[in-house]
Amino acid sequence: MMRLTSSRQGGKLIFALTGELDHHEAGGLMGEMEERIESAAPRDCVLDLEGLRFMDSSGIALILKLYKRMNATGGRLFVANVQPQPMRVLDASGIDRMIDIEPSPAAGRQ
Amino acid sequence: MKELNSVRFEFPSLSANEGFARGAVACFAAQLDMTLTELGDVKTAVSEAVTNCIVHAYPDDIGPVIMRLRILEGGELEIQVKDRGRGIEDVEKAREPLFTTGGEDRGGMGFTIMESFMDLVKVRSKVGGGTTVTMRKRVERRRMAQ
Repeated sequence: MMRLTSSRQGGKLIFALTGELDHHEAGGLMGEMEERIESAAPRDCVLDLEGLRFMDSSGIALILKLYKRMNATGGRLFVANVQPQPMRVLDASGIDRMIDIEPSPAAGRQ
Repeated sequence: MKELNSVRFEFPSLSANEGFARGAVACFAAQLDMTLTELGDVKTAVSEAVTNCIVHAYPDDIGPVIMRLRILEGGELEIQVKDRGRGIEDVEKAREPLFTTGGEDRGGMGFTIMESFMDLVKVRSKVGGGTTVTMRKRVERRRMAQ
């Protein structure tokens, strides 16, 4: 099961994802995130993946959509606390060349 | 290569089964003493292959996804994911990074991820006749369970 929580920190909207992110779970997630961005109108957005144990390429599509959404209003997206398995998927996709991605300090890179 | 163990199962192409397929492969692969990274790679590749069946093989209906897992002599895991869906017109094109017919929700990275994380990826497909993806992952012999 996937869980999404959000909080505000100054001008930033922080999304935290917990669980496993695949095509099944990604389904309604972007719509939910867009609604929360609309109502909070943040300057920037942080995607905190500390609690994300697994991610496949559905996660890449989600991050790219979130990046484009923030870019459209001049905001930035930061992806933080990425665990080793999701980090390998992000590394293989090459999107770290365009998006600011930080591995989890506890896990580091494998 | 001699087969040491095998399992075969079938499930309908419901997206809720993506997690089941990953979990089942992880349980079977536990017989090989894989590292967490290797196990993560295998689960990711399975997730991509099964999602392809759900999204591309049966876009408008539900059909069977057949999986066969084999442990081969020398410490190799073979995973076969097969569907009886609509097939891929141009397999080479489908394997190119960022190519997708699945719209914005799919990144077109499925085959790229499978190829990055597995030692071998073979795709056999026939339009109207389904697709079979066969993948292999080698595990260092010194780490194999006795």
